[in-house]
Amino acid sequence: MSLDALDALYKEVILDHYQNPRNMAPLSEPTVATDGFNPVCGDQVHLELAVENGAITGISLHGKGCAISQSSASMMTEAIMGMPIDDADGLAKAFRDYMTGHDATPARDLGDLEVLDGVRKFPVRVKCATLGWNTLQEALKEFRAGLKTGNVVIKDGEKPQALP
Amino acid sequence: MYDVEHVRRDFPILERQVNGWRLNYLDNAATSQKPRAVIEALAKYYEQYNANVHRGLHTLAEEATIAYERSRGRLAAFISAESPNTIAFTRNTTEAINLIAYAWGRRTLKPGDEVILSVMEHHSNIVPWQMMAGETGAVLRFIDIDDEGQLDQAQYHEMLGPRTKLVSIMQVSNVLGTINPVKQMAKDAHDHGALMLVDAAQSVPNMPVNVQDLDCDFMAFSSHKMMGPTGIGALYGKLEHMEPMGPFMGGGEMIREVTLERTTWNDLPWRFEAGTPNIADAVALLPAVDYLNELGLENIRQHEVELTRHALKKIGGIEGVTIYGPPKAEDRGGVVAFTMGNVHPHDIGTALDQYGIAIRAGHHCAQPLHRRLGIGATARASFYAYTTMSEIDQLADALVKTQEFFARRTRPTAV
Repeated sequence: MSLDALDALYKEVILDHYQNPRNMAPLSEPTVATDGFNPVCGDQVHLELAVENGAITGISLHGKGCAISQSSASMMTEAIMGMPIDDADGLAKAFRDYMTGHDATPARDLGDLEVLDGVRKFPVRVKCATLGWNTLQEALKEFRAGLKTGNVVIKDGEKPQALP
Repeated sequence: MYDVEHVRRDFPILERQVNGWRLNYLDNAATSQKPRAVIEALAKYYEQYNANVHRGLHTLAEEATIAYERSRGRLAAFISAESPNTIAFTRNTTEAINLIAYAWGRRTLKPGDEVILSVMEHHSNIVPWQMMAGETGAVLRFIDIDDEGQLDQAQYHEMLGPRTKLVSIMQVSNVLGTINPVKQMAKDAHDHGALMLVDAAQSVPNMPVNVQDLDCDFMAFSSHKMMGPTGIGALYGKLEHMEPMGPFMGGGEMIREVTLERTTWNDLPWRFEAGTPNIADAVALLPAVDYLNELGLENIRQHEVELTRHALKKIGGIEGVTIYGPPKAEDRGGVVAFTMGNVHPHDIGTALDQYGIAIRAGHHCAQPLHRRLGIGATARASFYAYTTMSEIDQLADALVKTQEFFARRTRPTAV
């Protein structure tokens, strides 16, 4: 069957996250909020983080887009909850390097995220898988730059889309 | 009408295998495939008479110049332009539109002057005007679409006024397939003293286009969508408008006399062709024009209407599929953009690629249009002279299998 090769990419866990994205409830007091957008294709995510004592204590993520981008972002929220921000940054880098084929094996234990390793066989989809993670790194960069805001951060003049 | 199987044999790339399947190339709105004659012309140019044009005294330079200008002339005749001097070679449609924005717009438009565009335009017919409006203080107006993807002509007429200086509209939408009534819109523009630019990227390759009949003031199109090589395109402009225009880029070729204090410009159209042009691809474009003329643009159009009719039926018949644009094939160019239930266009694209089927997924350089339609992305299949009915059947089958693949692995969600 021709679509067998897709089984390596669209594992059940991934499609489960796509259908039931985790951690969608907005935060009452986000420390930082960032929008990620893949202009090539229209995938988008809106990420909010609550950071206390240098660790991620709250996450909210919602978005629109393909199965890979949305599920990877959802899995990310589960993976980084409670992590110190440097740790979360390190995980993001390890994940991206592994997805882009930069590293043959992940630099650290990716845990449940390993299930996305099928993306490596579909290089055109790597940008989908890394969207949430790029957004996370942007958010952490803003946090470090001292941006603390209770409002949503506008990026590139684009207001985040209202979702249906 | 021509024999499609016969035509396919002229296109070497159509024999390719992708993932164990014969290539089913349905991304022609992104770029077209090339007949052997074009590929050979490119090689022959470099093998036999490559030289710089317009300045040389030796044989090769003369041959290259003749070939380059012959191509310009053939292109002018192709769209029934009044003279080869109305055709300036550019890199593509985008550059042609930017040329008008710079060489005409920036020097002509005053604060409060208006340029009418539409919400269905390609970014190449929006962004240069936004940039130009920012600098000149001109105002951009956008004609809306109705539920069938047709421009709101009543709104257009309301917009037209004494401040309107330019109307710039695509002849065929690369997403909706809508064929806009640019001839009538040009007349309406002229009645209000405004000029008309037609973005013909998606029309010149696929149907007979006659600039005398349309009476447009400017037209932009690309070689690579009309079986020609990449990296070359054309701007058509009525001589009366191009004559007073200052240059776009400055440098060699576009000058007459240069001193340290000042420079005089060359005649049309070379005034708009600075530096050494893309000679090889301009030359290789000529056999593409000849090939299209041999097939007959009316025949290509008819073929695409039949393909589109078939596609609207077969793809439209799949449960959960929404096709955008006018409902009737005769009212559409050969592009079909659609969504399919809960399967995102990207995921559709990856699945179809497994069957060797090439479609496009995303916003197709029309983000405002997708926002207007209330969707993030579409999948798009686009046809050309060599597309077969069975390729469309294959597409429909593969879409059903894709839908089943995702349905099997996900629980049904409440709609």
